[in-house]
Amino acid sequence: MANINTAIKAEARDLNFFYSNGARALKGISMPLYENKITALIGPSGCGKSTFLRCFNRMHDLYPGNKYEGQIVMYPDNTNVLDAGVDPIEVRMRISMVFQKPNPFPKSIYENVAYGLRVRGENNKRIMDDKVEEALKGAALWNEVKDRLHDLAFNLSGGQQQRLCIARALATDPEIMLFDEPTSALDPIATANIEELMVELRSKLTILVVTHNMQQAARVSDYTAYMYLGELIEYDDTDRIFTNPGRKETEDYITGKFG
Amino acid sequence: MEHKASVIENLAEVRAMIKRHKRNDTLFAVIGLCALMLGLITLMLLFWQLIADGYPKFTIDFLTEFPSRRAGQAGLLSAWVGSFLVMSVTFLTAVPVGVAAGLYLEEYAPKNWFTDLIEINVSNLAGVPSIIYGLLALGLFVYILDLGQSILTAGLTLGLLILPIVIVSTREAIRAIPVSIREAAYGVGATKWQVVYDHVFKYSYGGILTGVIIGMARALGETAPIITIGALTFIAFLPPSPITAEPPFLNFEWLSSGFTVMPIQMFNWLSRPDHAFHINAAATGALIIIVTLLMNGTAIWLRYKIRKNIKW
Repeated sequence: MANINTAIKAEARDLNFFYSNGARALKGISMPLYENKITALIGPSGCGKSTFLRCFNRMHDLYPGNKYEGQIVMYPDNTNVLDAGVDPIEVRMRISMVFQKPNPFPKSIYENVAYGLRVRGENNKRIMDDKVEEALKGAALWNEVKDRLHDLAFNLSGGQQQRLCIARALATDPEIMLFDEPTSALDPIATANIEELMVELRSKLTILVVTHNMQQAARVSDYTAYMYLGELIEYDDTDRIFTNPGRKETEDYITGKFG
Repeated sequence: MEHKASVIENLAEVRAMIKRHKRNDTLFAVIGLCALMLGLITLMLLFWQLIADGYPKFTIDFLTEFPSRRAGQAGLLSAWVGSFLVMSVTFLTAVPVGVAAGLYLEEYAPKNWFTDLIEINVSNLAGVPSIIYGLLALGLFVYILDLGQSILTAGLTLGLLILPIVIVSTREAIRAIPVSIREAAYGVGATKWQVVYDHVFKYSYGGILTGVIIGMARALGETAPIITIGALTFIAFLPPSPITAEPPFLNFEWLSSGFTVMPIQMFNWLSRPDHAFHINAAATGALIIIVTLLMNGTAIWLRYKIRKNIKW
């Protein structure tokens, strides 16, 4: 694999995941996330890519009975985020998430972005104002909303709402940002905006994105992992995966023979 | 050509079939409307009857006079003040307890057979006849805790009575909040309490409030449990005022005072042979219904106002 001079930000090591009904959704997954790179997870529906993504910020902890085995180690501190001794809240403070459907809170635009800061106990108005502005600029939304920061977030269009959710995830300076099919509910123009934004964000943080759309993976990502039935079939440079995949299954999926 | 003819014939058949099937639509709409009107018109007639009978007593005096042996002078003062004070106790006890219980069951409690059992019991409690609550209260509040036949006892009894309604409506309001909103809040690193306080409670309080008001409206008209714990039927005094001129400005003696409430006063007047008292009873009944309607109207208006900004 290329890019030896790129640092690893996080790494899954022999990760297994079981839902509360006993179903084994992930089977021994090991792969790195390179720092300041975009890694895409592709594969057919039900292959476990969202399940894998949601392990990174311990989202599965919200529902009783789910079980992780193995590790997801974050660098440089070598913390295994799946360790029972690590508080999932600490993990979510370092790794933020953007969901499939835009899910702003029924609050003002400002309050949506500021919420992560409030959760961290910030209540200095000046600092908050600055951070909100910075996050909205980072999410390429500032110019559209700067005159109506106290309007309800629901009054924004779908694409704007999703960028607001990105701003909300960005305001707390996360190390890694997870995107779970972030454009599946958006039209092509809004999708292009989000994709462009992800590429820009790469300089600030590490991105892991689940996508059902292979063209999207090819357009935005540096690395791509192909998953099938809970297994990692192939992981490589995005260019290699799409031009010269090492495994027949990957090729079949990429070329549309299967999936 | 032959083919074309069969298509047209077929189309006529399809149209006839649709027409036949649509007749059932109309039929059901008519039956449904009749069923609806049957209930509604009966209620309207009853209400109208009360207003017509009680009309002569729709005066300010009726609200500012104590009950009297003379029907013409008798008023509702002690009854509506009693109702108001009892409802205050009910509100202050049932709402915090019910909302906290609902939030706990929905957000914190583990899902197992024990919480299932509690859930079934809470739903069943809502259907227990109110006189049973009265008997329970007589044993618990009056005899064991020795609270007397007081406003406090009545308020606590009605509080117990509407507790299941508050719990169930709290849980329903909470359940209406989509999972995606919770996940968004947890996703930025919120603790459970932050999610509950900043989001779950704030987005559901419209629904909770609706349930509370509907519960209070029910408590307002309850008679049986209040009679069971021994409310008086004729009082010509008011409980001590809760607010006083000297520090500490608050007085809790009213809690242990004897009392009556509007439905009991109505029942008392209705059971007298003198027909003149029946006018008073009708006026009281109309007043209870009007207050109840106002409360329910407020609930609907509040829900509309609060839900307006929330789209899911």
